[in-house]
Amino acid sequence: MRLICGILLLMVWLSAAAEPDGAELFGRYCAACHGDKGNGGVGVPLALPSFLDSVDDRFLATTIRYGRPGRVMPAFDALSDAQIGAIVRFIRSWSKQAAPTYSDERVKGDPAHGRELFAGHCAVCHGENGAGGKGTGVTFSRHRDLPIIAPGLNNTGFLRAASDAMIRHTLQSGRDGTPMRSFLKQGLSDQDIDDLVSYVRSFNGQGTEGHKITPVVPATLSAESPYTLEETVENVKQAITSQNFILIRTDTLEHGLARAGQENPHQVILHFCNFNFLYQALAVDPRVGMFLPCRVTVTERDGKVTVSTIEPEYLSRLFNNDELNEYCKHMHDVYKAILEEATL
Amino acid sequence: MSLRWPSAVLLWVLQFMVPYAHAEDIIMTRSVLPFPEAMLVLQDSISAHGYTVSRVQRVDVGLTGKGYQTDKYRIVFAGKIDEIRMLTEHAPQLIPYLPPKIAIFAEGEQTVLVTINPEIYADIAGNAVDPVMFRHWESDLRSIFHDVNTAR
Repeated sequence: MRLICGILLLMVWLSAAAEPDGAELFGRYCAACHGDKGNGGVGVPLALPSFLDSVDDRFLATTIRYGRPGRVMPAFDALSDAQIGAIVRFIRSWSKQAAPTYSDERVKGDPAHGRELFAGHCAVCHGENGAGGKGTGVTFSRHRDLPIIAPGLNNTGFLRAASDAMIRHTLQSGRDGTPMRSFLKQGLSDQDIDDLVSYVRSFNGQGTEGHKITPVVPATLSAESPYTLEETVENVKQAITSQNFILIRTDTLEHGLARAGQENPHQVILHFCNFNFLYQALAVDPRVGMFLPCRVTVTERDGKVTVSTIEPEYLSRLFNNDELNEYCKHMHDVYKAILEEATL
Repeated sequence: MSLRWPSAVLLWVLQFMVPYAHAEDIIMTRSVLPFPEAMLVLQDSISAHGYTVSRVQRVDVGLTGKGYQTDKYRIVFAGKIDEIRMLTEHAPQLIPYLPPKIAIFAEGEQTVLVTINPEIYADIAGNAVDPVMFRHWESDLRSIFHDVNTAR
């Protein structure tokens, strides 16, 4: 027994002493969104030279640790400092330049003047209140020649990660390969830029805090039907149409899983779609397939007929995407209306 | 009941030996393969893990048919009939989420896969179902995603 304990303790010690592998960690946690070579996709292109040359390691590490609440990038709060450090070093390996370092000092500027400048120079991309560009994912939301969406400057994660000096440097130098241009070259003075930085810093506390994972709503919507299974299925079909959706297909739940003829006929799924709504939702978040296709399930058990759907607002909290939440709210209303109409 | 010291030490040690579990609500991976090849690897791996692909929803086909420009985007549904029947019997609140699905879509010359961590299903099922089954699902999903991620 003591020998086994000794061996196990040795293995734990060896495991703890091993240096985290940044490439492996990046592949596991980051590559799906940011690309295996950091070229971007759902996430921003980290390998962009002008990006890496203008952000310090603290910005990268803090971003990994706290994410961007409500803007898809999750908080990797379970990773150790050593693991995050290894990921940052791996990301940094894509750049030939040394990592910049910035002072933590607050820039002294006039936020009121900065606000005026922001409205004239920045709001067109970053939004009136610095909420950032819309949508995510190269595939659906933007042309491939536009590699990045304007970041949410009022986001608590961004403001936590970015120092004033880093924001000032970005305003002064711009970022090649993105729509962000040097504002010095556009005629702003150093004081103007400091005023802009002060205004951006004044967003503190105004940005989204994101959504907690706590399931505060039930996972499903359901209603008992006073009709037979067949009648309820027909009612659902009509309700789907009245909500401006198109019925795609009606199947049993076991279709494709059980042998033909052995499917449970008392579990019926109706699939439907509104393609315009779907297209817009995919532009907001390409992971929206987890909600697809729209469906209502009608089941009969012990003589009781039940109509049920997923609760989109239950799932939406998993996605850390405030834009998506709006679409989920709409689908919640659609599902509720269908359930009510079908069982009235 | 108190544990004898070797057992206590062993339990203390074992808690560090459990593979690191990162609480991801959404599991994603990327394949360097183009969409058609990645889709083949995905379906083969699903079958190799003992699951049946019940249907593939061709989202992109529906969208392009209505005039919307889109890359390849499919939803793959898969499960085991005995598990699905057990779940619909004991956890009917899970029915709208069944069978489980994986979204697979093209991103340029590469392919991205997304699915919900089955731990979420365990939360929905509550005490009605032994969570061990969902842990198996998660383990299998990660193995399937690993297959797609490492295929060349």
